[in-house]
Amino acid sequence: MKLTWKGIIPLVVFLALGIAFAIGLTKDPSKLPSQMINRPFPDFSLPDLLDMDVTIDQSYFDGQVTLVNIFGSWCVACDQEHPVLMKLARNNEIPILGVDWRDTVEKGRRWLARGGNPYTRVVFDADSMLAIDLGVTGAPESFIVDKQGNIRYKFIGPITEKIWRDELKPFVLMLEAEQ
Amino acid sequence: MIAEIGQIALILAFLIAVAQSVLPMVGAHKADARLMAFGDKAAMAQFILLAISFIALTIVFVQSDFSVKLVTVNSHTDKPLLYKISGVWGNHEGSMLLWVLILGIYGALVPMFGKSLPAGLKARALAVQGMISVGFLGFILFTSNPFLRLNPVPINGQGLNPLLQDPGLAFHPPFLYLGYVGFSMAFSFSVAALIEGRVDAVWARWLRPWVLLAWSFLTIGITMGSIWAYYELGWGGWWMWDPVENVSFLPWLVGTALLHSILVLGKRHAMAHWTILLGITAFSLSLVGTFVVRSGVLTSVHSFAVDPARGVYILALLLLATGGGLVMFALRAHTLRGGPGFTLVSKEGGLLLNNLLLVTATFTVFLGTFYPLLIEAFTDGKISVGEPYFDRTFAPVMIVLIAFMGVGPLVKWRKDSWQSLRPHLLKSSLLVLVISGLTWWLGKSVLGALSIGVAAYLAYSTLVAFGRKIKFGQTGSMAGSMKLLRAQPAAVWGFLLGHMGIAICVVGITAMSVWAGDSAKVMKLGESMTVSGYEFTLTNMTPGAERNFQKMVGEVEVTKQGRKVATLKSARRFYQVRDMITTEAGIQVRPMRNLYVGVGEGGAEKGWVVRAYVHPMVNWIWLGALMIALAGFVSILDRGQKREVSS
Amino acid sequence: MKIIFIWVVAVFMYLPALPVMAQTPSEAEIELRAKEVGRALRCVVCQNQPIEESDASLAQDMRKLVRARIRKGDSNEEVMAFMQNRYGDFVLLKPPVQANTYLLWFTPAALLGFFLIWYVVRVRRGSAKIDAPTLSADELKRFTALANDQEKNQ
Repeated sequence: MKLTWKGIIPLVVFLALGIAFAIGLTKDPSKLPSQMINRPFPDFSLPDLLDMDVTIDQSYFDGQVTLVNIFGSWCVACDQEHPVLMKLARNNEIPILGVDWRDTVEKGRRWLARGGNPYTRVVFDADSMLAIDLGVTGAPESFIVDKQGNIRYKFIGPITEKIWRDELKPFVLMLEAEQ
Repeated sequence: MIAEIGQIALILAFLIAVAQSVLPMVGAHKADARLMAFGDKAAMAQFILLAISFIALTIVFVQSDFSVKLVTVNSHTDKPLLYKISGVWGNHEGSMLLWVLILGIYGALVPMFGKSLPAGLKARALAVQGMISVGFLGFILFTSNPFLRLNPVPINGQGLNPLLQDPGLAFHPPFLYLGYVGFSMAFSFSVAALIEGRVDAVWARWLRPWVLLAWSFLTIGITMGSIWAYYELGWGGWWMWDPVENVSFLPWLVGTALLHSILVLGKRHAMAHWTILLGITAFSLSLVGTFVVRSGVLTSVHSFAVDPARGVYILALLLLATGGGLVMFALRAHTLRGGPGFTLVSKEGGLLLNNLLLVTATFTVFLGTFYPLLIEAFTDGKISVGEPYFDRTFAPVMIVLIAFMGVGPLVKWRKDSWQSLRPHLLKSSLLVLVISGLTWWLGKSVLGALSIGVAAYLAYSTLVAFGRKIKFGQTGSMAGSMKLLRAQPAAVWGFLLGHMGIAICVVGITAMSVWAGDSAKVMKLGESMTVSGYEFTLTNMTPGAERNFQKMVGEVEVTKQGRKVATLKSARRFYQVRDMITTEAGIQVRPMRNLYVGVGEGGAEKGWVVRAYVHPMVNWIWLGALMIALAGFVSILDRGQKREVSS
Repeated sequence: MKIIFIWVVAVFMYLPALPVMAQTPSEAEIELRAKEVGRALRCVVCQNQPIEESDASLAQDMRKLVRARIRKGDSNEEVMAFMQNRYGDFVLLKPPVQANTYLLWFTPAALLGFFLIWYVVRVRRGSAKIDAPTLSADELKRFTALANDQEKNQ
């Protein structure tokens, strides 16, 4: 049994690729890492969903740790998430800014009327202006903003009680302890 | 009852495959004729059982037996018969059964057509085929069983995906699989030949038609996919460098190198290493294709079953098969003899360059397809590799390849010189200059002009090479050439068709890339837009409804310089049950250009989005591709009879 | 001298205006450039399509944003950088040439170059065998002698 370079090289190349593939299987190809972490929340100027004559902008963030939640009446997962947000609001856990994305004013209002309004304010983003500025790819997505107005965390998907308890709340508490 | 028959047949096939993997191999080792002959019988039995199983699944679909889970998920009583049948393989489990059936068909063809094969080689090859069967039948039985029952039995099925109810798409998988799975023959025979320690011209000449068969089918399969994407997806793209497309292209590129290497091995006893390696690689890439489509590893416009568990199984299969083959190669490469030497300018040299360039091209497509995966696996980043990448890396390699394709057929075996090529190169350069110049003057694109020039060079060189074979212009009369024309072996016609096909394909690709016109505009009734000299006017918008969808049909009138050229109808369909919207494009097909229209959303007050395209020579792409496929089939007819030594 | 002075002043007066003049592209140009950019940006909610060819609502909004920014005066590169800033390298269909993509961009050309050189080197080495006589001069003498002997004996 003689081994030659010619014989071994293809095998080696192949094994290297096989390992890469195997590692690749552990990754989820649909999650896009956020570019916005540790960057200031983008400036925005959007109408209030509940009173379209009023404009809300980044002055909303008044030095408090805030949760920003992207939702839409068309979004099925948001229905699942909604009761959890309502609970957060009832217990005054954290102020929540709602961003009604790619919706109509009527449908948005109706959706809130039906399930309740957990948001301290709700902006209406019809053209994805704020959504694109945040690098949003779907709903629901949530951002945690610190006291200085910087985005510190992005969560993709519906927030469940478990996720709030185990993942998000500890982070929020840490941010609140910051100066 | 029928489903159970199918299930049992599958299990029996699995057991026989296990036996087929072991006994003939032992028999070849011990030179036991009976054990070796078992391979033949096992292969036939497997084929029959798999056929039974597949027919059972088809019957169950046609009868709309919703007690079978697969039928419920993928079919519906309202589906037309044709799509009930194609629905059998329009899903993960069923398509795997089709895959394995085709494997069985090829396996059974070995005892039928391989009576002249040495018994040891045949037995070993069938044993390897058996091992592949075991792998895939195991995969089906343990992770993807098509015959699982459902209780309680639903009244109707859920499977009315409109995108799948399409003739092009229905028959694209079978052709693709006939290609992919066909390369298993090259794999099995390569491994068997390595074990035997005998890779020679006789082996190559036996394997050649199988490689051609697989490759030709694969060509058709890929072409069908492209044509389908063009008319179905709504924006006139014919190749998007989507991972699943790329992954079907990889075995094709390697297969092309393989079939040329087999040619050299069959005639000149050289390139044994290449042939074996390419045989193993072509099949491995077919397995990679299977892996990528079914495991969700890459996002793509059409991923089958996004299920990592299945992906792990196929990855294991891939590692075992390819790894096993390459280990065998590593151990036995020393038994492969190198051929006699040749000069830089020689046919062998040209074919070696051909292999090197095709390997480079394959590597490039592979790298571009899997790089995002590698980046994600090893860093935190996430990137996209799209068309702009492949245009800048793949296209140049192909241009270099075409440059050599022109002269390769014109040089002699063993030893030739630049001097002998010079007259032809001079004439070609003149031709390229004239054609490129003309194209540039008419079309105002440097890249386009050069590309057309290169295609013209290839066509001219191919005709010159063919002309030499029939001694065109040399015997003083046409009669002599006509006689030689009729006497040409099939392989020469294959060469002519294949290389001309590439030239025609390049012309089509260039025209589409450089001179396609497109525009999108929100139009109210009566408004129009101009694209590439054609005026598209929206004349009508009619709502309607069919059994399972609502539609808005837009009528667009196309005129050129005032003269009416076409009335195109494009529909926007809304399928209620599936909550899906599709666009049916309105296309006018002509040899020199297609007109293409797609309507989008909108309303009477603000107007509708209308996309209009003018696609110059797009049909040349598929014409060229089908010529290439035909070339492969024609070449199979060549039995390799002894003929006079030609240059 | 005065004329030259006036011209110099005039040119310097208009120089700042030049960027402004370049900044207002025509509708046709906006459309053309928007399509170019649209074909280079990936639809982040689709599977492997440019925003120009996608019907997804986010893709539509991104197309609108691209047009708006071109109209405002951004160059094509600036619009793409804007998107990249928010969505990362993922949104660019042409992977940027940077440290983590050097392998991607340069290996194909490197491989091609390597193969071409390898071809020349290997084939040259192999072809040396063709011209070399298979028999040495001594062997040739002996062979000829043997052959002549055989002829004589026949």
